[in-house]
Amino acid sequence: MSAKNPEYDFKWCPGCGDFGVRRAIEAALKQRQTETEQPMVNNVVVAGIGCSGNMVHLLEGEQPYGIHGIHGRSLPIAMGVKMGSPSLNVLVVAGDGDFLSIGQEHIAPQAARNLDITAVIMDNGVYGLTKGQSSPTTKVDTITSSTPFGKSEQALNPLMLYLALGVSYLASHVSTRVKDLGTTIADAMNHKGFSVVHVQSPCTTYNNTFQELKGNPKEGIAPLAWNIPEQHDSSDLEQAYEVVKQGGIPLGVIYRNTERPSLQDRVDEINNKSFERKIESIIESFAI
Amino acid sequence: MQKNDFVVRFAGEGGQGMVTSSEGLAQAASSVGYNVQTFVTFPSQIMGGPTWAQARVSTSPVLSSGDSLDVLVAFNEEAYMAHKDEVSDGGVVIFNSGAFQPESGGNSFGMEFAKLAKQTGNARAENMIVLGALAYLVGMSQQILDDFVRERFTRGREGDEEIIIANIKALTLGRQEAEKSGFSLGELAPPEKPEGDQILINGNEAVAVGAIAAGVNFYVGYPISPATAILLWMERNLTGEGKFVYQASSEIEAINAVFGGGYAGRKAMSATAGPGLSLMGEGLGLAWMAEVPLVIVDVQRGGPSTGLPTKTEQSDLLMALTPGHGDISMPIIAPGTVEECFYASVMAFNWAERYQGPVILLSEHMLSERRQNIPKPEISKLKVENRKVYTGSNGYNRYDGWELSPMPIPGTPGSYIANGSEHDVMGDTTHLAERHIQMTERRFSKLKLLENESYESENTDASIVIMPWGGSKGPASAAYAQLQADGADLGWYYTMFLNPLPVKMLEELKKKSLVIVPELNYMGQMSGILRSQGVKAVSITQYTGLPFKVADLAKRITERVAQEKKEGVTV
Ligand SMILES: Cc1ncc(C[n+]2csc(CCOP(=O)(O)OP(=O)(O)O)c2C)c(N)n1
Ligand code: SF4
Ligand SMILES: [Mg+2]
Repeated sequence: MSAKNPEYDFKWCPGCGDFGVRRAIEAALKQRQTETEQPMVNNVVVAGIGCSGNMVHLLEGEQPYGIHGIHGRSLPIAMGVKMGSPSLNVLVVAGDGDFLSIGQEHIAPQAARNLDITAVIMDNGVYGLTKGQSSPTTKVDTITSSTPFGKSEQALNPLMLYLALGVSYLASHVSTRVKDLGTTIADAMNHKGFSVVHVQSPCTTYNNTFQELKGNPKEGIAPLAWNIPEQHDSSDLEQAYEVVKQGGIPLGVIYRNTERPSLQDRVDEINNKSFERKIESIIESFAI
Repeated sequence: MQKNDFVVRFAGEGGQGMVTSSEGLAQAASSVGYNVQTFVTFPSQIMGGPTWAQARVSTSPVLSSGDSLDVLVAFNEEAYMAHKDEVSDGGVVIFNSGAFQPESGGNSFGMEFAKLAKQTGNARAENMIVLGALAYLVGMSQQILDDFVRERFTRGREGDEEIIIANIKALTLGRQEAEKSGFSLGELAPPEKPEGDQILINGNEAVAVGAIAAGVNFYVGYPISPATAILLWMERNLTGEGKFVYQASSEIEAINAVFGGGYAGRKAMSATAGPGLSLMGEGLGLAWMAEVPLVIVDVQRGGPSTGLPTKTEQSDLLMALTPGHGDISMPIIAPGTVEECFYASVMAFNWAERYQGPVILLSEHMLSERRQNIPKPEISKLKVENRKVYTGSNGYNRYDGWELSPMPIPGTPGSYIANGSEHDVMGDTTHLAERHIQMTERRFSKLKLLENESYESENTDASIVIMPWGGSKGPASAAYAQLQADGADLGWYYTMFLNPLPVKMLEELKKKSLVIVPELNYMGQMSGILRSQGVKAVSITQYTGLPFKVADLAKRITERVAQEKKEGVTV
């Protein structure tokens, strides 16, 4: 809605990877609307803080609900929304800094609970909004505005982290493959449990990796991105690790576990076993 | 000589049943119509460490835990040395002669707790031996305790009768030992049954039950003393279809989940203590900014940082008022009694729903663990409020205007963005000066919906008045009554609605030449807030980790009044 809103003054830089991710999310939401016949207002987009988080304002077409909350806290907010109103479809959109640095502590608990939401992470290997500082996925020795002598930490491998923490659905993608990315996000939203779609979404201003990802045969640069072969069995965790260990940027669904109950399943189970305690009987239990 | 009131302290090592003893005595005495109040302090370790618990039994409503002890039950020498000076003239010490012998006699007698317990056939009956001796000393009829034991241990299990017989035997043995000692504190006057039905409950339970009465259906919390009991209670009682209760991975997760729940239409709550509230600051700011109803309970403990986890203090007031950065004036309700804990909880939800934003319920350690008889709340008379919900079509401007507007619920038409950044009418981020002015004033204007709540006032013609807040209400009202009886010309004001204060009350306070605020912190936090609102207020502070003693407080109020009169300040 905000493209037409004169008060909203944020703009992505020309060529920013997040444009592609936006079109993919719009397509996925539409696809879901057709498939489930649920209205657009049944979706809630929970955004982190960063260039990427502005996604929630920049989506075009029929508008879902949205939250633009606190840097790093999109997962706990999403948990509240989902568990507060389980029939909603909850989509987290966040950057690598938001999700993997300040917000990293929230991934493990949601993976352990198998909270039924989808997180689309726009990884540009940098803090875009704050103008180019290093992020967890910035490569070692890289010079950024906050690492003038080169980054001293080794880069985090987010895909390995997600698998190790027990995320029940993991896909990896690039922002340029809009159509594939859209279907993958729709597929992730259909997954019952915690799904993460980790997208390479280059920052044209502070860390332009388009060429690295795509490669350039003329200059002898091999592409970083590669298609996960069709025979890959995504239900097999060992194979999933193998894909991630090969390095580069695999494209497609790496892991999918449909066996695990979601947090909602667990809560339903408990609530079905217990009954509501009426206030009158609670008070009576304290009678002298 | 008949006594109307007695105070007993059980002191020893954690794990020796101090709390069970004081709560057992309170239960037994309240069951026949006495008024009771317990007071507990714990060490923060799990096993051992000096612990004590106290019970006060009275024929009239109990305002404070009592200044001095009629009976001290000392389980070990350390406890005896630490507490003996608080025994009143004519009071009695019962010591565990199986553990130590006090150096001098005084009014004391020993019993071998463990040995006597063994004689009953139930080695765990030590507390019952002590209760039996106590009952004799204060002239409480044997029947009361026998009946209590019968009721408490009739649990429909095999072996109930055996335990009952052993415990009654223990009560009798204790009574005989006390009789042998020759001490007596006079006879306790028969109970004057309080009017209406009563319940026996502590502050944390009252907060939790009040939340249920208000319709809480979403609770996420993280364990922390002294608020853990609320989480545990909710896990067991907030059950059934459509309820959600969960132990989070941190207070940061808790506040943000509660925010999400409130946004999704739930009556959402979390309870914590100071360290947790510190972590919740950013999330509370988000709820204030995005106008999302939720309730956070802060059961205050002592000190900054990890501080004194198991002691009492009223030092989170300033943080509660502005828990996050930027212009925030957080609505605060601070109950002063166990009964008020229940109503404060109902009102915290009503406020959150009414003004669409976060509310802090500021409780205290001393209230949370205090078990007391209170009038049974009448549920049919409670007013439970619900937020104004938007029911129109899409294209709604959720934040239009300078005042409260209906709130859309996700899943229904009216989508908007709940935004922690400054935003326009639909929730899109903006930096326009006019917008920031409108939205800031809009957020503050909603506080007007909260400023006509009730307050207590007495002797309002007096130019010097006492105005306690929170748990200091009890000792302050006892001190006030004492000073009134002595002929002091003092007024009384009290409310649990601390922010915003009831406007009428604030107007009256501004006319006083001095408002004296007893409060348990170093800075004099409440009087500072009052001064900033144009009230000539001073604090009487204490920061020992313990509540005020009535006599002490009365003396300090008298001194402050005398100073004021001498200086003759009329500003
Ligand atoms: C608590 C807090 N700390 C710091 C910031 C400042 N901040 C805003 S966005 C950001 C980093 C964004 O990086 P990333 O999540 O990778 O998003 P991108 O802009 O690259 O899409 C930071 C540090 C903040 N808003 N809140
Ligand atoms: S700074 Fe980078 S990430 Fe941010 S909008 Fe510009 S290109 Fe995109
Ligand atoms: Mg980034």
